[in-house]
Amino acid sequence: MKLLENLKNKEWFKFNFGIFLSNWGSVIALVVVSIFFILKMPNMFLSSGNITTILRSISVTTVVAIGLTVTLAVGGFDLSAGAMASWTGVLVISFFTWHEMNMLQAMPLAILVAMLTSFVSMMLIIVFKIPDLLATLAMMFMIDGAALTYSGGGALSQGWPKPDGTPSEGIISDAFREMGQAPTIIIIMLVVVLIAHIFLTYTKYGRFIYATGENKEAARLSGIPVKRYRLIAGVISTFFIALAGLLVASRNMSAQIKGAAGYSMPAISAVFIGRSIAGQEKPNAIGTFIGAALVGILENGLIMMAVPYYSMEAVKGLVLAIALASAYYTSKD
Amino acid sequence: MAKHKIELKGISVSFPGVKAMEDCDFTIESGEVRAVVGENGAGKSTMMKVMAGVNPHYEGEIFIDGEKKHISSPIAAKKFGIETVYQEVDTALFPSLTIAENIMFNKLIYSMDGKALINWSSIYKTAKKVIDDLNLKIKPRALVSTLSIAEKQMVLIARAIQEECRFLILDEPTAPLSTTEVEELFTIVRKLSDEKQVGVIFVSHRLSELFEICKTITVMRNGKIVVEKKDITPELTINEIVTNMLGTSFEEIFPRKNTIVGNPLFEVHELCDLNGKVREVCIALKEGEIVGICGLVGAGKTELSKLLFGADKCRNGKIFIRGEEIAVKDTTISTKNRIALIPEERRKEGIFVTQDVVSNLAIACVNKLINFFMFFNQNKAIKNANKYINDLRIKTPSPFQKVRYLSGGNQQKVAIGKWLAADADIYIMDEPTKGIDVGAKREIFDLIYGLADQKKGIFYISSEIKEILAVTERVYVMYNGRIQKELITSETNENEIMYYATGGN
Repeated sequence: MKLLENLKNKEWFKFNFGIFLSNWGSVIALVVVSIFFILKMPNMFLSSGNITTILRSISVTTVVAIGLTVTLAVGGFDLSAGAMASWTGVLVISFFTWHEMNMLQAMPLAILVAMLTSFVSMMLIIVFKIPDLLATLAMMFMIDGAALTYSGGGALSQGWPKPDGTPSEGIISDAFREMGQAPTIIIIMLVVVLIAHIFLTYTKYGRFIYATGENKEAARLSGIPVKRYRLIAGVISTFFIALAGLLVASRNMSAQIKGAAGYSMPAISAVFIGRSIAGQEKPNAIGTFIGAALVGILENGLIMMAVPYYSMEAVKGLVLAIALASAYYTSKD
Repeated sequence: MAKHKIELKGISVSFPGVKAMEDCDFTIESGEVRAVVGENGAGKSTMMKVMAGVNPHYEGEIFIDGEKKHISSPIAAKKFGIETVYQEVDTALFPSLTIAENIMFNKLIYSMDGKALINWSSIYKTAKKVIDDLNLKIKPRALVSTLSIAEKQMVLIARAIQEECRFLILDEPTAPLSTTEVEELFTIVRKLSDEKQVGVIFVSHRLSELFEICKTITVMRNGKIVVEKKDITPELTINEIVTNMLGTSFEEIFPRKNTIVGNPLFEVHELCDLNGKVREVCIALKEGEIVGICGLVGAGKTELSKLLFGADKCRNGKIFIRGEEIAVKDTTISTKNRIALIPEERRKEGIFVTQDVVSNLAIACVNKLINFFMFFNQNKAIKNANKYINDLRIKTPSPFQKVRYLSGGNQQKVAIGKWLAADADIYIMDEPTKGIDVGAKREIFDLIYGLADQKKGIFYISSEIKEILAVTERVYVMYNGRIQKELITSETNENEIMYYATGGN
């Protein structure tokens, strides 16, 4: 017994390359990829303009991914993030153009409607006990359909007529456009990462969310109101996803059909790439940011090296596969 | 029938930095039933794994029927006729397949002889024959998911003997079984050893059962075989075996002590659950009192523990704390009322295995470790953790060690420690010593006595009657969801408790 204890103590300090790789693989990859591009294109890649481009291009993905980080931290999953972001975009643009609201009315209202929508998801998951993956799959279709029905089956932009055919008078203000431009969008992203990091790591709620995510039954038997925290996490997650929807709408100055659908999967990838950073073994805000940055830098650098954009998906998939392999390879069977 | 024999000679197994087995000689022949006992970490499972081919990196020699062989893999072990039934039966079964498919599983995988189509009628016929051979009361076409743990174990034994089985290793087979189920298992083991000349190796913690079934007992300690007694009789008492296992005697392990009992703390009237597993339970607990709730597996003890903690819904009943009625509807209310549950399934329900000791010890008392803005104070949490690591003597290299790397006993201390940190008054402990070795048990008992000294009330729920007798002052005996009898521990004995636990009144 004594010997066994000693062994355990030693293992704690012993350097294990596999574990090191799983803990720091994403960071190493980020550094290696950056150095590669810097050496390859010393003038182009490190220019301040390009760094801004990279940060701007990852900002929407990061904000969606932060939302998903909260969902995954509580042990959930969300396939409907892209649909939810698109839906928020449709709402906010319609509030501007059809209902002639200003930013302070339109944006909070759009986020509020999105959060109310997420109550339906949470009801399916918590009350009807549908597995998260399946409930949000159903929700994805429902939200997409609702958004299309609401917009009359098409995209929305300034000057687009109302569903009954009457012309719309509202305008999308320049301040709203500014939100989607650098540096504002980058600042929003960084603030979101910071808030999520503080919330998950340093507050009581974060503790309870992680405890619930690891083991619902143990959490319940520790006196944590598990259902309440799953609901809270779902609603907070939706707040971030809805915010990302606003950013997409602001960049496009319009609401495209399923305009944010493409952000869902890269965001999930980012969370998983950053999951095991520093041995956390749980979804965390900083890791998610690093994950999103890795994918963004890779995409940016490869485009500059004239790799066609349509091959990018394959690269993203490969990065995710490598990240997951390094994270799970060392885990116990 | 030819006699078979496995001989292990000078077997050693080393893991980096530790000798799990050192120079062990062990022999088993056909038709023999052998008990292997020892504390956790004594090397029992390592030896079983060597024989089952799971651990091929051993030093020393193995002779099978006199010939030197190397057991290099589980498949090699099967070829030598060595079959193993592990404790965790669910890991070896496919719940959505039928009993017959599960029994014939190896045949379906390995012995199709290049054929692509399955002859279902022959599969069911063979399975039926094995089931009848063992006198089992299960239907070959029923799904395994509908079976009890005992029946699942039988399916695994059936699977093992369906092959050409010469030696059967049963790893802690009786731990999850009730007394009648244990009897059935013994009947089958006797049948196998007498009629089929199978050599059975019986690894167990439950010492009292071994006399019934085993002729020879092997005691292991610290990776070595300490003693091997042939033709064991009741004269070789449990006390002697424990002494061999530990080097200390039974009385020392369970020191009895008197505590002073105070005011009424917790009272329950006519508690019933929704499924009829708990019926009209009336129990009471005083400050500084350790009250046992004893009963066989399936008596409703675990259901009662969840009900007392508000983790399951109750149909009716009243709960009073210090004479005041409270509505224990969910776990949040009960923790606010300073009730604590140390659940039976420790790793699944009691602790967070991938989190560190600090977080585990903080989770039930987060409200004490936050500031006005709900921000968590990590320094306070570390102080909190260090306090309980010292108080409970939790063996961990650092407070930041993830609890999955701790031993079972230390994990249990963490599971109890989190409630100490939350300043709970009423402790409901469901099988707190399950899967814990004898040394760690003593520490858990000391811990419980310490709690009683601090005027806490403890419900000690267990099916180990000896432990109930040693630890508690009063005991409620449960049978079929009801409290069958209330007894004063010092005025009762094992037989009387067993009488009520099996339904006598």
